[in-house]
Amino acid sequence: MANHEYETHEHDVIVIGAGGAGLRAAIEAAAAGVSVGLVCKSLLGKAHTVMAEGGIAAALGNVWPEDNWQVHFRDTMRGGKMLNNWRMAQLHAQEAPERVLELERWGALFDRTKDGRILQRDFGGHRYARLAHVGDRTGLEMIRTLQYHGIHQGIDVYMECTITRLLKEGDRVVGAVGYWRESGKVVVFKAKAVVLATGGIGKAWKITSNSWEYTGDGHSLAMWAGADLIDMEFVQFHPTGMVWPPSVRGILVTEGVRGDGGTLKNSEGKRFMFNYIPEFFKGETADNEEEADRWYADKKNNRRTPDLLPRDEVARAINAEVKAGRGSPHGGVFLDICTRRPADYIRKRLPSMYHQFKELAGVDITSEPMEVGPTCHYVMGGVRVDADTAQSTVKGLFAAGEVAGGMHGSNRLGGNSLSDLLVFGRRAGLHAALYAKNFAGALTVDAGQVEQAARQMLAPFERAGGENPYTIQSELQETMHTLVGIIRNEAELKEAATRIERLKERARKVRVEGHRQYNPGWHTALDLESLLAVAECSAMAALERKESRGGHTRDDHPYTDDTWGKLNVVLRWKDGRVQVSREPLPEMPAELKALFQERK
Amino acid sequence: MPTFTMHVFRGEGRTGGFTEYKVDVDTGMVVLDVIHRIQATQAQDLAVRWNCKAGKCGSCSAEINGKPRLMCMTRMDLFTEGEAITVAPIRAFPWIRDLVTDVSYNYEKARQLPPLRPKPPEADGTHRMMQEDIDRIQEFHKCIECFLCQDVCHVIRDHEENKKVFAGPRFFIKAAGLDMHPLDTREDRRAWVKDVGGVGLCNITKCCTEVCPEHIHITDNGIIPLKERVADDMDPIVSLLRKFRGQKTS
Repeated sequence: MANHEYETHEHDVIVIGAGGAGLRAAIEAAAAGVSVGLVCKSLLGKAHTVMAEGGIAAALGNVWPEDNWQVHFRDTMRGGKMLNNWRMAQLHAQEAPERVLELERWGALFDRTKDGRILQRDFGGHRYARLAHVGDRTGLEMIRTLQYHGIHQGIDVYMECTITRLLKEGDRVVGAVGYWRESGKVVVFKAKAVVLATGGIGKAWKITSNSWEYTGDGHSLAMWAGADLIDMEFVQFHPTGMVWPPSVRGILVTEGVRGDGGTLKNSEGKRFMFNYIPEFFKGETADNEEEADRWYADKKNNRRTPDLLPRDEVARAINAEVKAGRGSPHGGVFLDICTRRPADYIRKRLPSMYHQFKELAGVDITSEPMEVGPTCHYVMGGVRVDADTAQSTVKGLFAAGEVAGGMHGSNRLGGNSLSDLLVFGRRAGLHAALYAKNFAGALTVDAGQVEQAARQMLAPFERAGGENPYTIQSELQETMHTLVGIIRNEAELKEAATRIERLKERARKVRVEGHRQYNPGWHTALDLESLLAVAECSAMAALERKESRGGHTRDDHPYTDDTWGKLNVVLRWKDGRVQVSREPLPEMPAELKALFQERK
Repeated sequence: MPTFTMHVFRGEGRTGGFTEYKVDVDTGMVVLDVIHRIQATQAQDLAVRWNCKAGKCGSCSAEINGKPRLMCMTRMDLFTEGEAITVAPIRAFPWIRDLVTDVSYNYEKARQLPPLRPKPPEADGTHRMMQEDIDRIQEFHKCIECFLCQDVCHVIRDHEENKKVFAGPRFFIKAAGLDMHPLDTREDRRAWVKDVGGVGLCNITKCCTEVCPEHIHITDNGIIPLKERVADDMDPIVSLLRKFRGQKTS
């Protein structure tokens, strides 16, 4: 059957995903003078970027003139336990300030210093107050700014459209196939270059800060198209998600609470983080409450509070306190800002946290402590890309933002995500446009590939007697939560792999009720394929890495191992299966290595 | 575990009506959780928009017991057990299916609104802005684009024909925010607000302010000052005075 019966759009570049990275990529590609299509699963402006609260990390040096890109680079690498792609971390630290200023020129209004410059706040793992922010709704400001700038750049936006397959011609990507959520009709995009900006995989876990959209679409699309994935074992559990009431469990509580003076306490009222300072961070972390409290105002003569250790450290510490029986009534710990800062200051600095707790939990954070615990938040792993161009290992396929791997190593610092989206979103858009301009030969898509994708999409309607997709999704979430969580071991990871295999089998027979028009049951059934694929990747990579580092903790291999510190776990799709291999990390040049010797 | 009776509006195209579902409700659940529970256990194809489930993305707007609200921020303990609860789509926009409507009107208005035209940066490539000069605009930037203010606005809610000539409260505060932006140099936006946006049709009943989940003072801080500035533009003396002071004219 020929594909001319399907609605078809043609662009030089299509960008899949319209969060911070996708919007920034589309804007840059359009500025380069090519035709751009921006495809997103939700309505424009609703992507996960709106959930980012704390800020954008950029060494502007407005609050601490001592700050510069080298310090930011060093913090980022140390936060990632040195497993980051050094070149990405370098470009990120160098370019983030200009990307923030550019956002301001496009209309973003960040909170100000007394002399009218962009104010910066403290965050975990950052030596200086570095996060440009707008109260605790920085992500909203960023997406709105990009959205309202973007709609005047001649970009065609395809909203509520889900991509299920990339199209290839030989060894290059030439488009994508998907469906309109509203009508359920198949749609084909012919494109010289494709930018993936689809975000993460957090919907595979039960307690998560991620929305329904986070089903690893871009990771899977890339892998199925032949691209490498790296670092999929590294999943960030944000230390502070809400824990009560059960229906809001997992919703994010910004690190800005601790950045602005909040501390973690156990049921005995003790600031337990002082007991969890790892050797690696001892030199830069305060070991007593007095020094920690002085640090907020005087960073030169004091070391950072352990409440602001990188997220992996804090999440493990909370996990350990709860296990030791020192948790809060609902299985978390206490996050206290009410005894440490005045009510007006809290409401001004953390307005959306104030409302979130007041309205969802009936807790007034200006007079009561919050109850918090770890929640699945971010995947460090993703599509392996060239640092400078954001191109994957497949020609014509680019990736930026959470879907790309390497930038954050084994653990991402808070605030480095929004800056990552801007820096690499721009680079991906630019290089996709350049690639499209040099595209040789005719742009043709293979009708057979389109037809096969269309058939796979519609299959769930034709089956009888299978299971409800929501049942499989929730069993997967339970499996990942209990067996591929914060603390892992070989037996559990093997068990997870077995269960995922069985779930894949069941997902192939899933049954969908109703028709194709705006049918969430059907959408969930289709999302299951990518969700199961990324869950499998994450479990397999976790089984492979026999050490503990960043967002991957093995209680059967509890220490970091220098041999593993030089290796990425790489995943590839071969003959319909995921293959795992270990490959050497790119070597950092001597002048950058020197930055780590200057100061312990 | 208490059981609630939910009346959810279902159907598509032209035919629809309330379908009754009995749902067990756990502590702390919000209306969106209940809708999800219905999807997972009784009606997997129940159409609903949602994303963040934390009141930040503005996707899950609906009319709950007739009142425009976010489903994710409406706690079930607002209601008493045994009370019938209705959940219907926001009705100022064309209906698609179940709880989903076509909100493209808002995206069209967004595109029409004259965007920021910033003045050049200072010598060091940055801009200086004082916090007190942006406090008011930051309030408008809190908007999550849930379009509840648009839904409740009687200018378009009951008068489809006005949609062509009326931008609605969401875009008045957007325009106000741009107009008051310290970097903006645009001269033609207020004329747009008057002639295309149709701000004159708003008669300040404040329905929009009442339903705003972000508690933005849409009318008092946004629309009324905007109306005043638009009126001043028509006054030749005020306009001349503003030019003399180096302020924005239109």
